Amino acid sequence: MTPLIRTENLVTNFYTYEGVVRALNGVSLVVDHGTTFGLVGESGCGKSVAVRSMMRIIQEPGRVEGGRVVAFFDPRDKRRGIDLLQQSEAYMEHLRGDQISMIFQEPNAALNPIMSIGDQVAESFLFHKKKEMAAAVLAAMDRENGRPPWPLGAFQRALYARTAVSPRDPLVALTGRLPLVRRWQMRLRREALRRSVEIIGKLGIPNPEAVARLYPHNLSGGMKQRIVIAIALACSPLLLIADEATSNLDVTIQAQILDLLRHLKETEIASILLITHDLGVVAETCDRVGVMYAGNLCEVANVTDLFNAPRHPYTRALLEAVPRLHQDGPLRSIEGAVPNLVNPPAGCRFHPRCPEARAICRKHFPETVHLGGDHSVACYLYTDRPRGEGAA
Amino acid sequence: MSTLLQLRGLQKHYPVRGGVFRHQVASVKALDGIDLDIHRGECLGLVGESGCGKTTTGKAIIRLHRPTGGKIIYHRGNGGAPVDIAGLPASALKRERIRGRLQMVFQDPTTSLNPRMLVKNIIAEPLREQSSMGSRELETRILELLSMVGLTKDHYLRYPHEFSGGQRQRIAVARAIATHPEFLVLDEPTSALDVSVQAQILNLLHTLREKLELTYLFVTHHLLVVKYISNRLAVMYLGKVVEIASTAVLFNRARHPYTHALLSGIPIPDTGRRSRRILLQGDVPSPLNPPTGCRFHTRCPFVIDRCRAEEPVLKTFSDGHRVACHRRDEMERLVRDRFGR
Amino acid sequence: MDNTHPRLRELKYTLYRIFRNPSAIIGFTLLVFFIGVAVLAPVLAPPKYAHNPYQMPHKGFSPTPKPPSEKAIFGTTSGQYDIYYGVVWGTRTAFKIGLFVVVISGLFGVGLGAVSGYYGGWLDEALMRVTDIMWAIPTLVLAMAIVVAFGRGLDKVMIALALIQWRWYVRVIRSEILTLRDQDFVQAARVMGVSDFKIIRRHILPNAIYPVLIMASMDMGSMVITASFMSFVGLGSPKGYADWGQMVALARNYIVGPPDDPLRFWYTIAIPGACIILFVLAWNLIGDALRDAFDPKLRRR
Repeated sequence: MTPLIRTENLVTNFYTYEGVVRALNGVSLVVDHGTTFGLVGESGCGKSVAVRSMMRIIQEPGRVEGGRVVAFFDPRDKRRGIDLLQQSEAYMEHLRGDQISMIFQEPNAALNPIMSIGDQVAESFLFHKKKEMAAAVLAAMDRENGRPPWPLGAFQRALYARTAVSPRDPLVALTGRLPLVRRWQMRLRREALRRSVEIIGKLGIPNPEAVARLYPHNLSGGMKQRIVIAIALACSPLLLIADEATSNLDVTIQAQILDLLRHLKETEIASILLITHDLGVVAETCDRVGVMYAGNLCEVANVTDLFNAPRHPYTRALLEAVPRLHQDGPLRSIEGAVPNLVNPPAGCRFHPRCPEARAICRKHFPETVHLGGDHSVACYLYTDRPRGEGAA
Repeated sequence: MSTLLQLRGLQKHYPVRGGVFRHQVASVKALDGIDLDIHRGECLGLVGESGCGKTTTGKAIIRLHRPTGGKIIYHRGNGGAPVDIAGLPASALKRERIRGRLQMVFQDPTTSLNPRMLVKNIIAEPLREQSSMGSRELETRILELLSMVGLTKDHYLRYPHEFSGGQRQRIAVARAIATHPEFLVLDEPTSALDVSVQAQILNLLHTLREKLELTYLFVTHHLLVVKYISNRLAVMYLGKVVEIASTAVLFNRARHPYTHALLSGIPIPDTGRRSRRILLQGDVPSPLNPPTGCRFHTRCPFVIDRCRAEEPVLKTFSDGHRVACHRRDEMERLVRDRFGR
Repeated sequence: MDNTHPRLRELKYTLYRIFRNPSAIIGFTLLVFFIGVAVLAPVLAPPKYAHNPYQMPHKGFSPTPKPPSEKAIFGTTSGQYDIYYGVVWGTRTAFKIGLFVVVISGLFGVGLGAVSGYYGGWLDEALMRVTDIMWAIPTLVLAMAIVVAFGRGLDKVMIALALIQWRWYVRVIRSEILTLRDQDFVQAARVMGVSDFKIIRRHILPNAIYPVLIMASMDMGSMVITASFMSFVGLGSPKGYADWGQMVALARNYIVGPPDDPLRFWYTIAIPGACIILFVLAWNLIGDALRDAFDPKLRRR
């Protein structure tokens, strides 16, 4: 397995009036190339904060205060990792949506109500794929007529040639803004629109040309979520992050979207990082699963291992608390409530609700233990000799 | 088993106004003829997608709104004559002491509890309205209710925001059972809660039903939850009930293609059984302008010409199993052939 | 957990939120100062005419103001009215105007808006059209028309302002109630059979009142400005009445002194003017602080 993105001891705090919310308490996880990684947990456990910290889109008053987020975009080169937390904001802006795309729970918030669907998808292309598209336009121009008519065609051709080499050239940017002169970009826009219709069609939306001319309010929730996915996919990202992308949808629509994601996983995108609270969604779509509780990653395993042999007491309790299709007997509930992260419990944050808590759990935070078979768990039940016992 | 409530042809049409003089130009048919019997002591699950009218049905029964047509016949537990409560004015409902007998638990306890009221006053409110208790008596009753839902005296003088989601829903349940109701509408009572807390509330509701001999109408879109708690299920689609059966029958031998699609769409928290999905095409049509014939025909994988022309009625298929589909007799075979389930 | 009563705890928390804001501290300090002056007016400036303390005493009739001296520490304005006396008793007038207008228009507006928003339908339609008619008339024109019709005087100005200002409260409370009306806790109360009146009083108003409080505190200041303006144009209090606007009106001809010394009569305009500004500032700062404290987005959780 080659890692695509790896977080090491990620720490994120929110500075609120109530005090410091310790939302992430040293989270280390790895998403490999070509896998679907599911991050599950209850609301407030930090699963969204974790990915937002990775993408550096934590909003005020939150701050990423420790750790590394290392991305390996080239699967052949394992050593050349880029620490995303050290990069410039401009770098991140181009990374988001290009190599890594995100989709959120609420499609309405992601779509501009006064722009047509086609334009919104095209915008993603224009922002990230200008270079490729300019080259394509150039090729098309050359095919149409060997020698462009002077002077307008030559001017256009020169600009496209320039864009195809360096899309952020100042001359290109300037002529792209000047009134009338900017019309040279028409072909680029048309190309972007053509590509967006193509990608909308790929997402199983019937009649993509017509849909591209519609506005968000014309579409249903499921359709809107598809469009958001289309925008995310526009630049064929290496990693698609889906933050509760299906939670607001109805069962039959959710089934459509999950099916679509599975299909896309095979054809379009390399890896998916799926954030959800629904264990059913995880079981059906993910290869690997990380379980989070109160800002900590308590268990990471392959999906079959996690569902068949959960190790962490929290994972076990969580699995017993969900109604099954063949449920016999009453559901087991986890007593108590998720702790307030301003004042998290000392030691393991799960110990007040844990049926197997020992004395050590109240004092020290358990180290992550690797159990073999890519199964790791942060719990004292699996350490032979707890570290730091003498120090306390 | 005696019947508690009978819904007959229940309708709720919301007018859509337009034009200069705000005259009615169309109507949203949220409920379009619901026939449903609720038996005493059962938990009837009402499932369907958003906008199918399941919550509107629940709110009609407790008369949060006035249905535009049909009957809700209420057979009172104390041996009184059955009354049609669909058309009763609010004052009559209160005078006849029906208000306190039919109660509701809302979806999200953060919005269903007044943020500026103390827990004490929240639970006392229905008691004050429905009975005349002295303050000492009132306090004893409130503490009794709190202990019934698993809270303690410490929680008596607190504001809702001082509680976690699960505890807030417990308070909402305590308020709903304060006036000794015999029927509760549970409108997605666990969908705003976390998984680990959901089980607590489901188990609480289950024990309360046995202890207080309550009847539930459990409205939800979450099929595994409703399977866990309900005896019987009714499936709704676009303002109509399309199938009613006992939970076991519905999950094993569903006869309506929509039920099949719903069941196959559940994400199942088990890795062993990844079965093939029945993926429906497209979206739910608008209730403003429902399709002619069978309302499901636009998305149904087994549609025949008859479905487009003629609306199927809810017919008894076998004991207590009622389906509204023209092809109900061959449905099992159709689904097996097409989807291999 | 502390064992204080939760209401007390809540109040403490609200006060903490308000006073965390430095502008609130300035605002409340100014307000306390003005309240002190208003309460202690008979001590600070013993009235000359016991039956009518609001009448400013004056020695002589000379139109030229006299600068601050030992006899009149803030000087005298045109007509030899004592500025110090006028400023002290004018504080009482300011509170009178503000409280009267805000309380009357607030009660009327909130009542009307609550009924209109809660019941909706044709009642709402009718009430809102009446309010729209009120909105169509400019404040000052309407106020002037009322004063001209009923005669000059501060009481008339106050009534006129109250008759206009309620339209703001109707709008604000109605929009709040429209969102609260369909909240689950209101529906829950309805299921319990709580009467409409009790629902409005117990569930809706306590949750809708904060924007009104904020607006009321802002209005306390702005009403004083409007009343001052009315006095300035000669429609308000009679000559010699201890009212800041009246005092600014008296200083009208002395805003600029003789060409060689333009600031000679500064005290006639600056002192009552400063009072108006500080009074309005106090209430605006308080209003701002309340808005920050009650902003639901900033409130915990």
